[in-house]
Amino acid sequence: MKLDYLDQLESEAIHIMREVAGQFERPALLFSGGKDSITLVHLARKAFRPGKFPFPLVHIDTGHNFQEALDFRDWLAESLGEKLIVRYVEDTIREKKLKEPTGRNASRNALQTFTLLDTIEEFEFDACIGGARRDEEKARAKERVFSVRDEFGSWDPKRQRPELWDTYNGKIHKGENVRVFPISNWTELDVWNYIKRENISLPPIYFAHDRECLLRDGKLLATAGGVIQREEADELVTRRVRFRTVGDISCTAAVESNADTLEAVIAEIQATRISERGETRIDDQVSEAAMEDRKKGGYF
Amino acid sequence: MDLLRFITCGSVDDGKSTLIGRLLYDSKSILADQLEAVERASKNKNDGEIDLALLTDGLRSEREQGITIDVAYRYFQTPVRKFIIVDAPGHIQYTRNMVTGASNCQLAIVLVDARNGVVEQTRRHSLIASMLGIPHLVVAVNKMDLVDYSEDVFSNICIQYAELAKKLDAKQVTFIPMSALNGDNVVDPSQNMSWYDGPTLLNYLETVELDHDVNLTDARFPVQYVIRPQTPDLHDYGGYAGKITSGIFRKGDAVTVLPSGETSTVEAIEFFEEVKDEAFAPMSVILHLADDIDISRGNLIVKSDSQPVVTQNIEAMLCWMDTKELKVGSKYTLQHGTFRARCVVRDIAYQLNVNTYEETEGVESIKLNDIARVVLKTSQPISFDPYTKNRVNGGAILIDETSNVTVGALMLT
Ligand SMILES: Nc1nc2c(ncn2[C@@H]2O[C@H](COP(=O)(O)OP(=O)(O)OP(=O)(O)O)[C@@H](O)[C@H]2O)c(=O)[nH]1
Ligand SMILES: [Mg+2]
Repeated sequence: MKLDYLDQLESEAIHIMREVAGQFERPALLFSGGKDSITLVHLARKAFRPGKFPFPLVHIDTGHNFQEALDFRDWLAESLGEKLIVRYVEDTIREKKLKEPTGRNASRNALQTFTLLDTIEEFEFDACIGGARRDEEKARAKERVFSVRDEFGSWDPKRQRPELWDTYNGKIHKGENVRVFPISNWTELDVWNYIKRENISLPPIYFAHDRECLLRDGKLLATAGGVIQREEADELVTRRVRFRTVGDISCTAAVESNADTLEAVIAEIQATRISERGETRIDDQVSEAAMEDRKKGGYF
Repeated sequence: MDLLRFITCGSVDDGKSTLIGRLLYDSKSILADQLEAVERASKNKNDGEIDLALLTDGLRSEREQGITIDVAYRYFQTPVRKFIIVDAPGHIQYTRNMVTGASNCQLAIVLVDARNGVVEQTRRHSLIASMLGIPHLVVAVNKMDLVDYSEDVFSNICIQYAELAKKLDAKQVTFIPMSALNGDNVVDPSQNMSWYDGPTLLNYLETVELDHDVNLTDARFPVQYVIRPQTPDLHDYGGYAGKITSGIFRKGDAVTVLPSGETSTVEAIEFFEEVKDEAFAPMSVILHLADDIDISRGNLIVKSDSQPVVTQNIEAMLCWMDTKELKVGSKYTLQHGTFRARCVVRDIAYQLNVNTYEETEGVESIKLNDIARVVLKTSQPISFDPYTKNRVNGGAILIDETSNVTVGALMLT
């Protein structure tokens, strides 16, 4: 009697979500609209149905999202009958008079942290479930499943709590909160294989479609929503593309592809020699320790 | 496909991170952009030689100091198996992170620098791996390139380690001479050590027998969360959500709820709105019992034919992970799976010398990174199995009541 590895990963994730339900008073599931958080929602169904989720879905909307992802988000929450809370980076910028980054490859990714921390305060969330995976990035590879953050949301990599077996210590002081990562041990390929096995629906932009893009430094940036300003050197092209990750338009690039089915996407990912972030993220290339620094600043 | 979780451990600078880098590199598991990033970072440091340790040493301070501080997780796969690799720090100051990483592993690779042989940190990590119940140990005698690939050096270290291993609980100890830096016996057989005819490290990892590592005899189900929707259509629905940590449950099984001792039978096993006839570890399911009894988070449902120990007086081996000392009379929160209670230290039976594995009695306090046997009393009865018999139901943590930090790991006996 033995569980297949996908079943092992699934059970581990369900167990972690139920620990959140059992240990915290006001948890939330941070829903970005991407495949990892869609997978989390599916896992939450497995953990809590026929009951309701013991947490709302919370989306921090940068205002730079793909319409397809927003439509999908609303459809998902609606069809599941679960509560969705949306908070807008736009509002934070106005209220706090924040300065928006400008110039080349500017994105609201960093400003997102302000809105996230405000939202945590507003609802007094004590735990936030997120879809980060350790295989994504070298700082993430170091983070605990229950990652305790101080009042500023800050991650201190040198002072992480020991975390043994599947015993998770969620005891915190008032003001602190815990970021919880149920799919820490999943790889990108595991997520895709799981989506296929479970027949999970995704926004259409994950599959090949024709799209108008700007070709900049070898990366294909979406023109959708007018988020990215065309620069002189950019070439305006229409290509058959899909998205490997779906995030803020200003920091996720499309990849050229003809893969219009899950099978085809999985085949491409199996064959690729470039990582998910390397191929698609525009914001990580700035410094060696970009992710670590953002996490120290309260980022997801 | 099988999943094997393993850890690399051993003393600082013995080559753990380099070995993992080499394993990933030679098995072609590193993506081009990640390799480029490491090549770029290596240029800033050495004389252009690629530093494979940078594949796991991802924190800024780790790169600056050239050491590992906290565990890193890496994932790779061969046609035979999937692997989760845990790279532990060797530095004594970060022992708690090694303990964290080792707790979920089925196999430990203990690195030994061929020039230095077995040192204190080799012994400490071997002891911790053994206490944590890791059944398979691989002793990687590394940096063979620095001792002219000498068979004598290797044999002597094997003898030295075998002596130490007698006092450990590991089921299986395997020795492999290698050079993580050059790749000898990591993925490809060494061209420099024709005297060695054993497996390469990857060979071994792909073939080591894992089937007997899961306890399927003692059925245990810690209740995590009670699902009671109380909506009009599910008015009488009540199910216990949790993960089977060991054993098998079947419909109709006689069960006991602990610590109350009340009995019932399994009416149904539910998984995602489907009913199953049986479920086994480590599946997460919802259990329904035939009788309406008071059950909440922290209770343990077991099959009545094999009962755990239920007591307020426990003894355990302890790894202490806090700078504040543990003393007789100190109080903590004890967490055992989903169960929490307060506890007080009644006695320190002995401290274990991590070098000689000798027991010292009459110790007043336990300091950071010490290993000891302790006697505790809990405020509520705890239902557990001895750790050596059941890893999942025999481990517990101690939480400091003021800082909320996890300060101790207990292996109950
Ligand atoms: N000559 C030689 N050098 C090696 C070998 N393996 C590792 N090294 C070197 O030993 C040094 C330490 O290697 P690391 O891999 O960082 O050691 P570690 O065990 O991970 O160290 P900590 O994680 O800090 O405990 C580096 O300079 C490596 O290049 C080997 O097989 N031969
Ligand atoms: Mg290291």
